[in-house]
Amino acid sequence: MAEHFDVRRQTGFATVAMLCFLLLYLPIGTLVVYAFNDNDSLAIWKGFSLRWFHVAWNNTLVIESSIRSFQIATVAAALAAISATMAAIATTRTKPYPGLTFKYAFINQPLMVPEIVTAVALLIVFSRIKIWTGYSGLGYLMAAHTAFCVPFAYLPIRARLESMDLSLETAASDLYATGWQTFRYVTLPLLWPGILAGLMLAFVVSLDDVVITEFIKSGGQDTLPTYMLGQLRRTVTPEVNAISTVFLALSIGIVTAFFFISRKRT
Amino acid sequence: MASASQIAEKAERDDIRSRWLLSALALLIVLLAAVGPLLIVVVYSFLTPGNYGDVKWQFSTDAWVGVLFERDVFDDTLSIAGAHLSILWRSASLSVLTTILTVIFGFPTAYFIATRPEHRREIWLFLITIPFWTNLLIRTFAMQEVLRNDGIINSALQLLRVTDHPVQFLYTNVAVLLGMVYVFLPLMVLPLYASMEKIDFRLVEAGYDLYATRFQVLRHIIIPLVTPGIVAGSILVFIPSLGAYVTPRVLGGGTNLMIGNLIELQFGQGRNWPLGAALSIALMAIVMVALLVYVRNTSRPNGGHG
Repeated sequence: MAEHFDVRRQTGFATVAMLCFLLLYLPIGTLVVYAFNDNDSLAIWKGFSLRWFHVAWNNTLVIESSIRSFQIATVAAALAAISATMAAIATTRTKPYPGLTFKYAFINQPLMVPEIVTAVALLIVFSRIKIWTGYSGLGYLMAAHTAFCVPFAYLPIRARLESMDLSLETAASDLYATGWQTFRYVTLPLLWPGILAGLMLAFVVSLDDVVITEFIKSGGQDTLPTYMLGQLRRTVTPEVNAISTVFLALSIGIVTAFFFISRKRT
Repeated sequence: MASASQIAEKAERDDIRSRWLLSALALLIVLLAAVGPLLIVVVYSFLTPGNYGDVKWQFSTDAWVGVLFERDVFDDTLSIAGAHLSILWRSASLSVLTTILTVIFGFPTAYFIATRPEHRREIWLFLITIPFWTNLLIRTFAMQEVLRNDGIINSALQLLRVTDHPVQFLYTNVAVLLGMVYVFLPLMVLPLYASMEKIDFRLVEAGYDLYATRFQVLRHIIIPLVTPGIVAGSILVFIPSLGAYVTPRVLGGGTNLMIGNLIELQFGQGRNWPLGAALSIALMAIVMVALLVYVRNTSRPNGGHG
């Protein structure tokens, strides 16, 4: 054969792939473009304007629910990353011991149960606790978010640990470093990119949650996603597009940072 | 005096104990706010509904009967609950269709990425990952805008003179299906890519040397090699599809409910918490069966890992 024959090529696959990429980005792109629409309705384009961003910025409900989202995500991501780091150290770089598989399954359990089921379970338990204790603050949302963030924080930290061999830590303890000193000056600096990745994933996952929050929030505890879900029931103005655009920019920023942090590893 | 083996044994016991202590916090969090509450759902599914929501502490199997049957108000006879059955059927069929469509679109996409030169793959993968980490509600809302009567799909159809009045996509099963394919597609592409990346293309060359056509190579070499990836992707798509709540609520309107919405209804207007609990456990049981199938599939000696 004279011409080059590419064994990897499959007819039509590249076309379908391009179509997929187009379809993945078309709806998001439209959403962002219409956030800049100078019109009361979404349908007709009337020219470029930032007025819906102003409207959203001056909407106290939007600002309050955004702050609430950030508070919950910060607490949940921090707690999840700390507990996941400890759990990852306890479950890697060892020969199998009784309970290892159990721990692994248990920590990843929130990934395997449909969100709606967890939401219902927490609604039942928390509504009881609310009656018993009279407390109805953000603590419930923070606890719930921490639990489903744990596996997301755990996975990248564990992956990072598994790629680190024990020789440096062994060297440290040969030089009479205490357990804490070894962790503080050897393990932690090496593990840091993994922890940071886990922290960011947990933060994004908490920020994105709709279902569990919608079920267990008390009155006046809307987060940004549940506020938006409520808005979708009414006639939608480009204000929702403007909020979504800011939200999108934020998530993409975090994911891009995550991408570069985990890329350095290899 | 302790022998060397006793000392080693003690060191190992201490090591295991400190490993339990270290993992205790994570295990406790998951126990209190995820696993524990699930057990209480099982208990609730065997209680009697309270008058204003919640439950009365009275044992009853009515909720479980109510998953599939309804009791006649007058003569107490049981008949199949048509409304529930049609919702369960819609959930099952839409989830299966979503899985099939994501394979059809995801397979060529993952293959395309896996056959790029190594330094370019990361960028394509990144383009798949971005929608994956974008808020599900926002993506669903974006789909709603596209499918509206005055959205860009209808505008394009009218511009191309395929139709003169808008086609009603929104609040139909088709809208829910398209929305789920859209939001769950990255979950299919990522595991497919992971198994395609490992394909040994010398096997493909061998196929061509033996005069196989491109389709035969695909059918008899590539697909068998990436089956673990297809199974993993299907599980990852099927499970959240079956439990979907946001997508059918936003794109299906009030009429095209799925199990997730039926469950929510029992805790809201329906005021039948035990029925909601029973439906949740039933949903979880289906998911567990799917996961078991997956585990058995991947732990076979030749199954590899997806």
